[in-house]
Amino acid sequence: MSSSPSSSPLARLVRAPGRGRGWPLYEIFVRGKRGLNHVHVGSLHAPDDEMAVHAARDLYTRRNEGVSIWVVKAADITASSPDEKDPLFAPSGDKVYRHPTFYEIPDDVLHM
Amino acid sequence: MIRVCKEESFHQRQGYELLMAMMRGTTEQRAMVQDAVDRWWWPSLMMFGPPDADSPNSAQSMAWGIKRHGNDELRRRFVDMTVPQAEFLGVTLPDPDLRLDPATGRYRFGSIDWDELERVISGRGPCSAERIARRRAARDDNAWVVEAATAYAEKHP
Amino acid sequence: MTHQETVYDALDRAHGGEGRWAFGTGFDAPLAGVDTTVPDGIDPADLGAYCLMLGDDALLLSQRLTEWITAAPELEEEVSIGNIALDLLGQARLLLARAGSVGVLARSRDRAPETVPDEDALAYFRNPDEFRSSALVEAPNGDFGQTMLRLLVAATVRLALIARLRRSRDPVLAAIAAKGVHELTYHRDHAARWVLHLGDGTEESHRRVQAGVDAVWPLLADAFTATDVERRLVAAGVAVDPASVRAEVVSVLTQVLDRATLRMPQWPADSPPRGRVGEHGAERTDLLITLQGLARQHPAATW
Repeated sequence: MSSSPSSSPLARLVRAPGRGRGWPLYEIFVRGKRGLNHVHVGSLHAPDDEMAVHAARDLYTRRNEGVSIWVVKAADITASSPDEKDPLFAPSGDKVYRHPTFYEIPDDVLHM
Repeated sequence: MIRVCKEESFHQRQGYELLMAMMRGTTEQRAMVQDAVDRWWWPSLMMFGPPDADSPNSAQSMAWGIKRHGNDELRRRFVDMTVPQAEFLGVTLPDPDLRLDPATGRYRFGSIDWDELERVISGRGPCSAERIARRRAARDDNAWVVEAATAYAEKHP
Repeated sequence: MTHQETVYDALDRAHGGEGRWAFGTGFDAPLAGVDTTVPDGIDPADLGAYCLMLGDDALLLSQRLTEWITAAPELEEEVSIGNIALDLLGQARLLLARAGSVGVLARSRDRAPETVPDEDALAYFRNPDEFRSSALVEAPNGDFGQTMLRLLVAATVRLALIARLRRSRDPVLAAIAAKGVHELTYHRDHAARWVLHLGDGTEESHRRVQAGVDAVWPLLADAFTATDVERRLVAAGVAVDPASVRAEVVSVLTQVLDRATLRMPQWPADSPPRGRVGEHGAERTDLLITLQGLARQHPAATW
């Protein structure tokens, strides 16, 4: 393949500083035909959302019909850090109001 | 990992059936299979990595619980499983020191050339240059595609 | 040696026996329950010849696509191209098997080992002039843009034919078509997405795909011309007249090229059938050297 110096891959990188040559990373979530919720199945690179869904159909579902696919840019996912000590992870052991037996219901109330 | 294991077990079965067909075939086909075994047996054993004593990452991975068995034990399990499969096929494994230890019921095998493994994983193996060149060519020849797809995505948010 | 539980055994147990294989052990034979008798009033020689036309197109396009394995732009595209090629190979296998089942084997059976199935004999042991593929699928790939453009054109034509083939009086062709429609819809969609992204991407990608358009368009010259075989089979309700898909093909391609900001060349004048009657250039010969090489080197072998 012939290419002039100004269109070489290196030149392209240099011309677009701060912007990766590559495609963004997407995380893929799939709900099967009989499933109740989407499950994380893996990731892929794609130039945009629609191409990501299209690729996911091929890579993660083998084109099964009736399957729901969600794609999310990895950069759009905010995740908790396992190191954090914050109220999110405080155990419920000392929060008695979160336990069903805290609430006293008379025996003759059924279906409780 | 579960998905990978399911897929790999399929590959193994498919590959073995192909070998069986060839071993039941012509003289040339049988020779092809034996030649492939002669070339691939030792590299297959090397796939399990360096001996435990020389594997700095193994200790860390096992401490973290990612890796459950050492390289040497996995390698021995592989040999124990594969020798009967090779016998069934009718190929000879290229290891004159390979023998069943009646005391343990497990196979003992010859020494692995760890220098060869070291060369391969540091990019100085017999096919390393060709492989890297192929990867680079694919990347460079298609750089315009990757760039164009990104440009389209920016034009059509 | 006592049996040691392997990781596969453990997975199998954990997943209730069905879980060993990635997608289950159940396998639906594609033509299960389909009546394979040749319907009344149909010449088996014609039916077989028609199957070769459709089958050879799929076989050779599959072969061209696999040339991108280890060379594609991204990993995801490697897998997609591989899957498309596999779909086409599957279609080729069913069609070639149908040709063999009605006795159309050219000279392949003379050359092939007795033990190989008909479709293998046809694929690996016919000579180039015995193939019935079109120049459109035989043409070299060119760059990635031209490859996707050619796939767009070939998939658009094939989908239009196969969609109508679902109503064929031959139950086997109808069943093959029913399965093929979903696959071809995906192939056309995949190619169209790329043509859009590249046609309307950068200046360079636009230039390259336009060059691809200009290179591929002349190959459509015999795409809508029926052979005598097809004419007879159309009258018998078995085949699809290629002329009947012209309007749809023109419409689809016009839409895609337009959105991709690509210039559509003038449509070539209709030419008599070429590839469909065995005429071919070096492209077909070269493709077959690669496809048939191993089999021909070991003419007594089964693989």
